Amino acid sequence: MSQRKRSKVSGFSQGDDGDEDFNVSQTPTHSQVQRNLERRSQDQVNQKVSELVQFLLVKDQKKIPIKRADILKKVIREYRDVYSEIINRAGRTLQEVFGLQLVEIDTRHHIYILTSNLPRAEGENLRRDNQTAKLGLLIIILSFIFMRGNSAKDGAVWEFLRRLRVQPGERHEVFGDVKKLVTEEFVRQKYLEITPIPLTDPPEFKYQWGPRAAKETSKKDVLRFVAKIQGKDPTFWTSQYTEAEATP
Amino acid sequence: MAAQMTDAHRRFLQVLMSHGIMEGSEARKLHRRCCEIHKVYYAHDKLDDFISTINSHLQPLFMQIRKGMSEGDGRAHYALVNLAETEITKMASDYTENELELFRKAMDLIILSENGFASSTEILNLADQLKTKKMKKKEAEQVLKVFVEDKWLSERNGEYTLHTRCIIEMEQYILSNYQDVARKCNICHSLAIQSQVCESCGIAMHLPCVRKYFRAQTEPRCPQCNDFWSCDIPGTSRMDSQSPSKTGRAEKSFILSPRRC
Ligand SMILES: [Zn+2]
Ligand SMILES: [Zn+2]
Repeated sequence: MSQRKRSKVSGFSQGDDGDEDFNVSQTPTHSQVQRNLERRSQDQVNQKVSELVQFLLVKDQKKIPIKRADILKKVIREYRDVYSEIINRAGRTLQEVFGLQLVEIDTRHHIYILTSNLPRAEGENLRRDNQTAKLGLLIIILSFIFMRGNSAKDGAVWEFLRRLRVQPGERHEVFGDVKKLVTEEFVRQKYLEITPIPLTDPPEFKYQWGPRAAKETSKKDVLRFVAKIQGKDPTFWTSQYTEAEATP
Repeated sequence: MAAQMTDAHRRFLQVLMSHGIMEGSEARKLHRRCCEIHKVYYAHDKLDDFISTINSHLQPLFMQIRKGMSEGDGRAHYALVNLAETEITKMASDYTENELELFRKAMDLIILSENGFASSTEILNLADQLKTKKMKKKEAEQVLKVFVEDKWLSERNGEYTLHTRCIIEMEQYILSNYQDVARKCNICHSLAIQSQVCESCGIAMHLPCVRKYFRAQTEPRCPQCNDFWSCDIPGTSRMDSQSPSKTGRAEKSFILSPRRC
């Protein structure tokens, strides 16, 4: 990224607080984007928009967070001067046609994911797909973390999973390498955040919800899930209930 | 002009995308569910209209929901495809160069084979000949597994063929890049990877199409040249879907003569 042009187009400045992104219409550079747009044919720009939409959909399919650097390098290429227009249009299309929203989950490193804009349907926690079993494991871990006060130590998480007969060292017939699934795949997909706890020896880790988890499910849904399994009313857990009701 | 999209359409599209491909009855169920959730007009026989509304909005993006047939059991499937024909676009952003090269090689083997299948040994033997970057066998095995998971290939007993999703997605690509070898089915006129071929005139038919076509005939004769159809007609009862036939393995892949059965 070091050789980025010193273009004034929004979305290109090296600033790292990220609020310049995707906000063309409010920046004074709007007219410049307009001028750049006029140099490009509509067909070329449309082509780029659809390439970007496809790129984002493919990445999203595997739940790989998308780096702006990759968008620039792999899709936008020589169209950097109209980048903001392309990404805005792609965002609009994703919303109108696919019901998906492009969300920046890391404003420092400019990392994006797609989340569904559709109202969550009854009994449809997290997006349904052929990885349902893995997501089942995930929801169990997310509930455990939430019930523990939004943070749990690795030892506790694995002890809990062991009781469910999910062993980190063994190959699970559905999940494969469980350790890898939890500590790498779920983390990469931004469902989980695992951070080392300072000054622990041997090192201990803290498990928390990642930004995708908060987007694709809610504390309310997770509490409802726990309540159903335990055959109790959600209000049984007073503090969790209050917290869940207070978060959208 | 084009009908408006509703959240029911969007939900249908989202679920279809996350599955990659859906069998007809699954898609019909999903259609109903989406309409119910979002309380929009539903009629059980209107799935194709519902999809064409989605397609009219996908068209400017060079995408389309396309219906195709499983070569194994002949059932209809729906998949979201990319219409850009130039490259394996959809895959290109998802795999590394040598993975793509391995896929192309596997595709070569499958398309040039007698029966539409390539064995894992055949494919793995190519792993250390890749031009982009050689792969160890173990590595290549893993990559093949991913291709199966991602529904580009399907595997049965160590034999690989193209997944229905891949055929739906890449039909045009294959027809134009394998012009002299890729066949179209004489009955349904789509690309045929697993097929039977007439010994006399060389036309091809999908196995489910063969079965359907000859069901009504007392004596199987080629629809093109009227010669006796000498291949075994796949069982009229249940057919082993996607399982490689044992016949025709003798001739090796690079012989481009018509596949005999
Ligand atoms: Zn056919
Ligand atoms: Zn014939």
